[in-house]
Amino acid sequence: MTAWLSRRTNARLALAGLTIVCAAAAGCGASIYEVPVETPIPAKLDVSPFQRVLVAGFVAGGADDIDTNQETVRLLRSQLRSKSDLRVIDADVMQLAEVAQEQNKAAVNDTSTGDGLSVKTSDSNGVTALPQKIKDEKDLEPYDRLFANTAYWKRIGEEYQNPLIVTGSVLFTPRSSSGLVTRETEVYDGLGRRRVIPQRVYMERKGFMLKPKFVFIDGRTGATIYSETRREEVLYNAQQETPALSSYFELMDRIVPDFLGALSTQKIKGTRVLIK
Amino acid sequence: MHCSVRYSDFDPVMKIHCVPLLLIAAFSLSTATAMADSRDEARSQVDFGINVAQRGLWREAIYRWEKAVELDPKYAAAYNDLAIAYEHEGQLEKARRAYDKALELDPNNTQIRQNYDLFKEINDRVAQQKDKR
Repeated sequence: MTAWLSRRTNARLALAGLTIVCAAAAGCGASIYEVPVETPIPAKLDVSPFQRVLVAGFVAGGADDIDTNQETVRLLRSQLRSKSDLRVIDADVMQLAEVAQEQNKAAVNDTSTGDGLSVKTSDSNGVTALPQKIKDEKDLEPYDRLFANTAYWKRIGEEYQNPLIVTGSVLFTPRSSSGLVTRETEVYDGLGRRRVIPQRVYMERKGFMLKPKFVFIDGRTGATIYSETRREEVLYNAQQETPALSSYFELMDRIVPDFLGALSTQKIKGTRVLIK
Repeated sequence: MHCSVRYSDFDPVMKIHCVPLLLIAAFSLSTATAMADSRDEARSQVDFGINVAQRGLWREAIYRWEKAVELDPKYAAAYNDLAIAYEHEGQLEKARRAYDKALELDPNNTQIRQNYDLFKEINDRVAQQKDKR
């Protein structure tokens, strides 16, 4: 009787074990396969009429710590060289703020010469003075008319044999903010067990804001074909000393994929799960 | 003891009733067998598709998974795999339709839902770009 009971118990245990193994096999996803995928995203612009691209320069403002115009041109050129099919023209970086100032001066002179009746301006609203120092978005705004000056950009296009021209403005300014932020804090209970809990704390933070506007101009006509504005900011603990240049690159890292997406097909890498 | 019943043993009325019943039973059996065959064939197409997709042969995988959903239109996993392949090939509209079908067939499948959520993020971004243009 005891032997029979023992045999029965063993059989039951074996059956239970088998059930557990089956369930585990099913649960562990024997029929699930994780695969890497690269989803191609078509370019925002049709750049097929162009073989070459000229990253001309940017009207830059904000922090004095770095030459934002120079850095932006250098970064975009190197990115385009490695990640697009367009040939990048190596040319001196244009000081567009100065160009805009000169154009503005010329327009003012045109309005003040002669009988004063002929008004030749770059836009129909009359000539307004451009701020010498660009500190914020408001200072940058009047410079926008430079990008609408088709005659000027057509001339630049002819000079470089009708490439696609990339220009625009970049504002890189220091930012500071204070307020409540959520931080994860380690706590230990009475038994010494560690837990991480979110906690709202008041913090003073400082960092930078980057707001580039990319303007794409057809070098054959001087007309703007597409423009895009992005805004990114990064804030650190007030005690942390982060160099302006490293913050600039940190912010540009977030923006560059979108910029490249305007000119060439981008691939978004990810993983998906195939199922049987 | 041996027991056998011959068809001629039944009375004629019974015979008349039996013939259609037997035909229906035979038809059902053959349909069920055919369906099971289709399901098995669809399953083997999916298996093969997974095998080639893992080696990067996504177009071949698409061919296999399209065949699988043709053979078994209720095979949610095949639609899921097909959607992933379409996504990889940049055919986002086809991918969306395949994901929709997979979720319609198996709405509680977390793997399909997770794949779809990741896909949706990309698809929404592309749609936004098109709107901007």
